[in-house]
Amino acid sequence: MDTAPADGLIAASWLLIALPLAGAAVLLLGGRRTDRWGHLLGTGTVVAAFALGLLCTLQLDGRRVDVDLFTFVSTGSLDVQAGLLFDPLSAVFVLLITGVGALIHVYSIGYMAHDPRRRRFFAYLNLFVAAMLLLVLGDNFVALYVGWEGVGLASYLLIAFWHERPSAATAAKKAFIMNRVGDVGLALAIFLMFAQLGTVSYDGVFGAVGTLAAGTVTAIGLLLLLGACGKSGQFPLQAWLPDAMEGPTPVSALIHAATMVTAGVYLIARSAPIYDQTPTARAVVLAVGALTLMIGAIAGCAQDDIKKVLAYSTVSQIGYMFLAVGLGPVGYVAGLAHLLTHGFFKAGLFLGAGSVMHAMDDEVDMRRFGGLASRMKVTFVTFGLGYLALIGFPFLSGFYTKDAIIEAAFDRGDGWGYLLGGVAILAAGLTAFYMTRLMLMTFFGRPRWEPGVHPHESPTVMTAPMVLLAVGSVLAGFLLVVAFPLESWLTPVFGEPEEAEHVVAPLVVSVLVTVVMALGVLTAWLFVGRREVPVTAPVRVSPVTRAARRALYADAVNESLFMRPGQWLTRALVFFDNRGVDGAVNGLAATLGGSSSRLGRTQTGFVRSYALSMLGGAVVVAGALLAVTAG
Amino acid sequence: MSDFPYLLTMIAVPAVGAAAVAALPRGREGTARQLALGVSLVVLLLAVLTTIAFDAGGERFQLTTSVSWIPDFGVDFALGVDGIALVMLLLIGVLVPVVVVASWRDEPTGRRSMRAFWAWLLLLESMMVGVFAATDVFLFYVFFEAMLVPMYFLIGSFGGPRRQYAAVKFFLYSLVGGLVMLAAVIGLYVVSANELGEGTFAFDALRQIEIDPGVQKLLFLGFFVAFAIKAPLVPFHTWLPDSGAEAPIGGAVLLVGVLDKVGTFGFIRYCLPLFPDASRDLAPYVLVLAVAGILYAALLAMGQSDMKRLVSYTSIAHFGFIALGIFAFTTEATTGAVLYMVNHGIATGLLFLVVGMLIARGGSRLVGDYGGVATQAPLLAGVFLIAGLASLALPGTNSFVSEFLVLIGSFPTRPVFTVLATVGIVLAALYVLLLYQRTMHGPPRGVLLEPAPETPAGATGAGDGATPATGSGGGATAATATLEAPAAAPARLRVRDLSRRELAVAAPMVAIVIALGFYPQPLIDLIEPAVAATMSDVGADPAGVSPQAPVEGTD
Amino acid sequence: MSLTHYLVLAAILFTIGAVGVLVRRNAIVVFMCVELMLNSVNLTLVTFARASGTVDGQVMAFFVMVVAAAEVVVGLAIIMSLFRTRRSASVDDANLLKY
Repeated sequence: MDTAPADGLIAASWLLIALPLAGAAVLLLGGRRTDRWGHLLGTGTVVAAFALGLLCTLQLDGRRVDVDLFTFVSTGSLDVQAGLLFDPLSAVFVLLITGVGALIHVYSIGYMAHDPRRRRFFAYLNLFVAAMLLLVLGDNFVALYVGWEGVGLASYLLIAFWHERPSAATAAKKAFIMNRVGDVGLALAIFLMFAQLGTVSYDGVFGAVGTLAAGTVTAIGLLLLLGACGKSGQFPLQAWLPDAMEGPTPVSALIHAATMVTAGVYLIARSAPIYDQTPTARAVVLAVGALTLMIGAIAGCAQDDIKKVLAYSTVSQIGYMFLAVGLGPVGYVAGLAHLLTHGFFKAGLFLGAGSVMHAMDDEVDMRRFGGLASRMKVTFVTFGLGYLALIGFPFLSGFYTKDAIIEAAFDRGDGWGYLLGGVAILAAGLTAFYMTRLMLMTFFGRPRWEPGVHPHESPTVMTAPMVLLAVGSVLAGFLLVVAFPLESWLTPVFGEPEEAEHVVAPLVVSVLVTVVMALGVLTAWLFVGRREVPVTAPVRVSPVTRAARRALYADAVNESLFMRPGQWLTRALVFFDNRGVDGAVNGLAATLGGSSSRLGRTQTGFVRSYALSMLGGAVVVAGALLAVTAG
Repeated sequence: MSDFPYLLTMIAVPAVGAAAVAALPRGREGTARQLALGVSLVVLLLAVLTTIAFDAGGERFQLTTSVSWIPDFGVDFALGVDGIALVMLLLIGVLVPVVVVASWRDEPTGRRSMRAFWAWLLLLESMMVGVFAATDVFLFYVFFEAMLVPMYFLIGSFGGPRRQYAAVKFFLYSLVGGLVMLAAVIGLYVVSANELGEGTFAFDALRQIEIDPGVQKLLFLGFFVAFAIKAPLVPFHTWLPDSGAEAPIGGAVLLVGVLDKVGTFGFIRYCLPLFPDASRDLAPYVLVLAVAGILYAALLAMGQSDMKRLVSYTSIAHFGFIALGIFAFTTEATTGAVLYMVNHGIATGLLFLVVGMLIARGGSRLVGDYGGVATQAPLLAGVFLIAGLASLALPGTNSFVSEFLVLIGSFPTRPVFTVLATVGIVLAALYVLLLYQRTMHGPPRGVLLEPAPETPAGATGAGDGATPATGSGGGATAATATLEAPAAAPARLRVRDLSRRELAVAAPMVAIVIALGFYPQPLIDLIEPAVAATMSDVGADPAGVSPQAPVEGTD
Repeated sequence: MSLTHYLVLAAILFTIGAVGVLVRRNAIVVFMCVELMLNSVNLTLVTFARASGTVDGQVMAFFVMVVAAAEVVVGLAIIMSLFRTRRSASVDDANLLKY
């Protein structure tokens, strides 16, 4: 992998990060003066970044371009240069982030129109875009880490955007903390690389990773995976992502569906040279992916909150991507393709959900929706296309990319391959079930609206991005897999694709997936579509449903394993510090003070007793002298 | 200009300023604070000029001044700086003017006069410069102890309700440490007399002598106890929460920001080079204290209800990181530790200042008395958040660079301790975000709802009330009047946003936090040569960690 | 008369004085007992000076007498002022000076 020096527009690719960052700075420092045009500036910077990214990508021509900026930290043998790496992989992400990002910025102009803090919203969004671009463009692990935590900050700020609501504030904190747990893994991986290889740049690490002992590589791989799990909401750190839906819906679309949560997939794909060396770590990635895609799919089936359904769907879909990249070289491209198409249709779905909420006075309970298809035609159609793309309706984008992952899983050829493929197919059925349930409860059936709610279609500034994303959801799969294969674009990164020997014929897989999907849709129609949806969730339900509603007790486990013992420990330590450590010191002081006052009692104030003690002292001294001179 | 006695001037100017402020007649409070600000700005200018005159690639100690002081005992009034001391002088130069402006409208407690406050503050600055600039161990000791006096009065005369208790505790703790150190200093003198034929206190001469390992250990412990109390390491820490909570905000900033750094500075400057064998032998025990401190203090910080105590506990955790970096014996980690000393002064200083601004508004130090401040005072909340993020070492803030360096530098030599310390970054996120959520987020609570429980006469910055906060740099002030808060009905605007004066306090600090977060290399260039010299004293490779890869070993 | 006789006499005087200081309450009497002890010491000094044939002890005795005179002046003044305020010359009544 030779690195070309930066030339032309790519030399200015730092502007990609600088533009939105400058936008955020202007909006945050400018204060109310920028209120009137702040949203336009915020959108403008991202659109400009998209244009620049597109031009850079066109100039790229399959090269790896390194852009050196300045020395970030250099001491001892540690040398961290601030530099950017523009290669086909980062180009793909740049286009996704700025493209979907720009659309969501446009949508937000309408969605946040009545919020007095709209300017700050755009500032935070710009901050996010800048950090996310740094994450994918950095040419070393430290830059990645900076962007990694930067998007975490932006995510925190945006989840807590309506911070008067305690639930939003708590969700934001939870997201940040669980991400930090993952960040520990990423940080330790970086430390281990430095300790072993003396460098943290991609080139240095990937070039020398072959010289490392197998155990070390596995350790690095697992630590990176921990970081990826935190950011991408994978097991065991998945619980924050559904709560993150407390943020405004454009945030859910951009950060918690299309871009930030896929950073984990990016990290693993970027670290492909490491994972190629360690089948153990890759097996763990596979297990995490398979487990999470089931957890997400099961939990998604029982949620009543429209955004929560989509959130669990995101968890599940990212599980697919983890599964794909865990498969190794055969899966990277499939995983990334699914990441891209998912970016389109999930962002579209979230924007649609936002449009519905907009119409329903911020109601999120699907049991209060129903019959919206006729009232909100554009939303219905765009949402419906996204839905079809997600469940893998033939020839829409999910169909191409999800099938590719399932095929790749089967292609392992061993028992594990069949198990993983089976799990993936099962989850595809579940996906069809919960998404159909969502569609039926939201757009079909009898209206169950709260009194006084008058649904209406959203303004054009909101529907236009939805339409564009819907078009993307329909076409992206075909474009990326068939027309302009992502595989050949990414060849400079992952090497020539091997001609896979199919264990199960692709056609069989496609038919199987489609049949399972149809079964899922049918089941949903039987359970939800045929009957009247109760306005309040039924209480007497099976244990399975109850477990699914509580997302398989992830929060309960976290609370009883970490939170409560932590709180108890904190209280105990505070007591110990005050009474034990400080008590020992104060006790010493009190002992000294007490004995001094007790000794003071001997000072009676009677002259004669003083005289007696003087006499006694004199006798003792004389006696001692005598004893010494005599002896 | 190169032979201009910068360091002597930096000690003399604030000392003379202190005398001048103290000599002002009663009633000239305004003149007193203007004079204090002027003097502190002059010191800042001197610190900057010193940095310009300093040649990073030159001798270890530069800008030296030496005057014979007590010739009978070989004591010199010897001053000089290396990169480590220089960045600390810069930190002092920056913090003191900020503290002066932050305390601008403080009201004295009881019969005290604010003139005394300014005078003690300037005297403290003079002593702090002295302690970092001394290159004679005896002179260092003198400044080390003399520093206590102004701080004792700052806490004891101008602090909170339990100020006397806190001041006495602070004084006694430091004094105990100081006396143990005095014994070690005298011991060092005796050893040097035996080795060199003539006793000396000069750092450079002491560095050369070989000391018997057993004696080294004793002397090391003597110095170590003093510095561990000062720094403070667990379990010598309980004075800090009391002092930090009771000290006036300005005093607390200097206490935690600079004064305590004398402890960690002492580790690097005295413990490591003078007693290299003892340092190596005892390092594991020190590291246990350091890592225990990181985790223990972080957990304790979460359990505090008093904001100033909370910030003090976070500092104890941070000192654990600094000690870890120092006793890992790698250039990267120790450079990081020195950088951490500067960054912590800025970040925690800012956090203390902004907590002080909040307390000035609400009149209470308790976390539970606040809630939903962000809706009413977005600028205050923003600065609070930046300070908090700097405290949890988020990338992009200055603390990240130092914490990262400490950890990445310690990992190759001390993997177990480093992994444990890294867990501390999760706890750091917890205590910062818990504090932020409880005070800034949610619906208005506590002092934001009820009629103010008391006029915060004793609290800091109370006089600001009259200053309208309109049109200040951030401009977002009072933007929240039209807020669609769910509980908007009873929420009257009880909390003003930052005033211009407070912005003048916060803005430079925030700027430094961000600037050093993205471009720390200039400071690192200053620090590294001195650290490398220390590393070669202690027998580590000054060139840094060498990768272990060629050896097929994992751990 | 041998040296011993003088010394025994001095010891007896000293013991009387010491016991008097310890057991008597009246300040004047205590004071006189102190004088008795001083003079017993003087007697011892003079005795030894005579025995060794030097004048050092006698010089010392003079010093003691001078100091004793000064002490009497100060002591009596204290007792007088004490008597004025308390209407008593008992040493046990002046017990304020304690812890």
